Amino acid sequence: MFNMTKNVVANLFAKSSTRLYPFAVRGHFEGFRGTLHINIDECIFCRTCQIKCPSQCIAVDNKAGTWTCEAMSCVYCGVCVDVCPTSCLSMSKEHRQVATEKQTMAYQGVPKKKKKEAAE
Amino acid sequence: MLETIPLSLDEVVAVAKEHFDGGWRLVTMTAVDVGEAGFEIFYHYDKDLVMKHYRLSIPKETVVPSISPVYFAALLVENESRDQFGICFSDIVLDFGGHLYLEAEVRAMPFCKVSVAQKQS
Amino acid sequence: MARTILPFGPQHPVLPEPLHLKLTIEDEIVVEALPTLGYVHRGLEKLCEVRDFNQMVQIVERVCGICSCLHALCYCEGIEQIMGVEVPRRAKYLRTIWGELHRVHSHLLWLGLFADAFGFESLFMQFWRVRERIMDIMEATCGNRVVVSVNVVGGVRRDLSPEQCQWIEQQLIISEKEIRQLQTTILNDYTVKKRCCGKGVLTKEQAYQLGAVGPMLRGSGWAQDARQTGYAAFGELGFEPIVEYDGDSYARCAVRFRETLQSFDIVRLAIARMPAGETAANVEGANEDDTPRIISGNRGGIMQSYNRDKHHSITAAPPPDLDIPAGSLAAKVKGKPDGEAVTRVEQPRGELMYYLKGVGSKNMDRVRIRTPTFANIPPLLAILPGCELADVPVIVLSIDPCISCTER
Repeated sequence: MFNMTKNVVANLFAKSSTRLYPFAVRGHFEGFRGTLHINIDECIFCRTCQIKCPSQCIAVDNKAGTWTCEAMSCVYCGVCVDVCPTSCLSMSKEHRQVATEKQTMAYQGVPKKKKKEAAE
Repeated sequence: MLETIPLSLDEVVAVAKEHFDGGWRLVTMTAVDVGEAGFEIFYHYDKDLVMKHYRLSIPKETVVPSISPVYFAALLVENESRDQFGICFSDIVLDFGGHLYLEAEVRAMPFCKVSVAQKQS
Repeated sequence: MARTILPFGPQHPVLPEPLHLKLTIEDEIVVEALPTLGYVHRGLEKLCEVRDFNQMVQIVERVCGICSCLHALCYCEGIEQIMGVEVPRRAKYLRTIWGELHRVHSHLLWLGLFADAFGFESLFMQFWRVRERIMDIMEATCGNRVVVSVNVVGGVRRDLSPEQCQWIEQQLIISEKEIRQLQTTILNDYTVKKRCCGKGVLTKEQAYQLGAVGPMLRGSGWAQDARQTGYAAFGELGFEPIVEYDGDSYARCAVRFRETLQSFDIVRLAIARMPAGETAANVEGANEDDTPRIISGNRGGIMQSYNRDKHHSITAAPPPDLDIPAGSLAAKVKGKPDGEAVTRVEQPRGELMYYLKGVGSKNMDRVRIRTPTFANIPPLLAILPGCELADVPVIVLSIDPCISCTER
């Protein structure tokens, strides 16, 4: 009958289980897949991330040298980070900020010249 | 590799009855579109964690006798196959008539491959 | 007597997911129940024809949020069976650990929701507070909280360091203590028993004939659990299913509660027995493919420290610092699946079955997912007639309905 009473009393005197957000913000664990980042200078526009992405949120144009990601479609599985041959993609542990409209991450890099052109 | 036992259309209910009496549980049925050859329907039975798979090959637009009078549990999966592939089952105990998931205005079978979709377009 | 047809759902305070039941009632007694599905049908099975078989791992995880890890596990085991891949032993143990942690958090979620269904909101919050600890373990070890995305064809993407294992064990000890405090309330409380005992009785014969699975089947006295088939590391760990004999809502609740505690033991045992070694195998199928895929889930070492703030009262101890040599987890996927396979795993809600068919291309030909709720709806239709309208929420929730699973 009074099983919960002990619990109730304990809860009454214990610290609160919830935090007073936004004054107390919970940290993230290391290794949490929060936000996707790209170091566009190292990107070789090989389109591996675009091909492997399960949600098809990444679009790479190897001629124009653009890399775009529909941030709202990304499912944060981290597959693109795993498959990137130059390790230019990374995930940081912070969440993306809330936004009032859909965001696209767009980056402009220098497309890599083909070997033949580079030699000329 | 998957070991299956071939099954013919008129044995379907008899085999189901035999398994029901033998204390087998119907795990589920699986419909597979095999293109021009029609459909394959798998009946998966289980007893004491050993599974048995029956493979029924049928041409398109065959009416398959329902096993739901024997196994009540088959009613959902048979209705689902009707929705997804347009495979008709006769005498389902609770027939949704192809509208378990689909709305009344949907006419194309969403899970079929090109051959059926073309016919309907 | 006049009959009334009452719609139950798809929006109902007690239902976490949109199940719609047309209840025919006479006075207060239900005489017939008809289900309507299709509110969350997404056609995920059909996606296998457009997506690569490796990408399907992430897609099948999204069939159901709560048991994502087990969907991926079942799918990967099927593909590995078709392609003849032997997964490293360490990966099997890791899969077991994460799978069981998923069961714990799913059962705690359900126990909370169930308490809420009979109006015991305080208990609901207590269970969810414990669940938060398990979610933290997920976040720290997998990188995501719910859809963890750790399984890949050939193995797993992350590894657990000894320090992490130790931290998990500490967390489990605290969680178990907290759950045991709630045991007397959920299992022995007068009000709880009054609402659950004898409601929605599914007899032993009925359960089997209607194809019930999981806690629904075990609550009716059948000792059947797909974990007995020995998938992942269960073959080496040994496993005894938990059985209750009454077949009512209370028995199903008791099965789930005891399974939660059992899963803690399995996680501990798996951690203790986990062998060292690789976590992912190279996958080579019959057909040669010139684009090997490197899986290196762990380039720079995971989880160095936990950013702990002083208001974070849930975590008892921060996970310690650690370093893992980079490049220890690598698997190459070559070739394409060609063949058929049927695999089963035990989800929190019951037995999950996958039928996979590959025809030697990078897309699968057919992926058929038979989820536990799909199998548990016919028994639900059988136990509803005869019960009182006020008991319908409790009985519906006692099958742990997951409609996103059911409709896929």
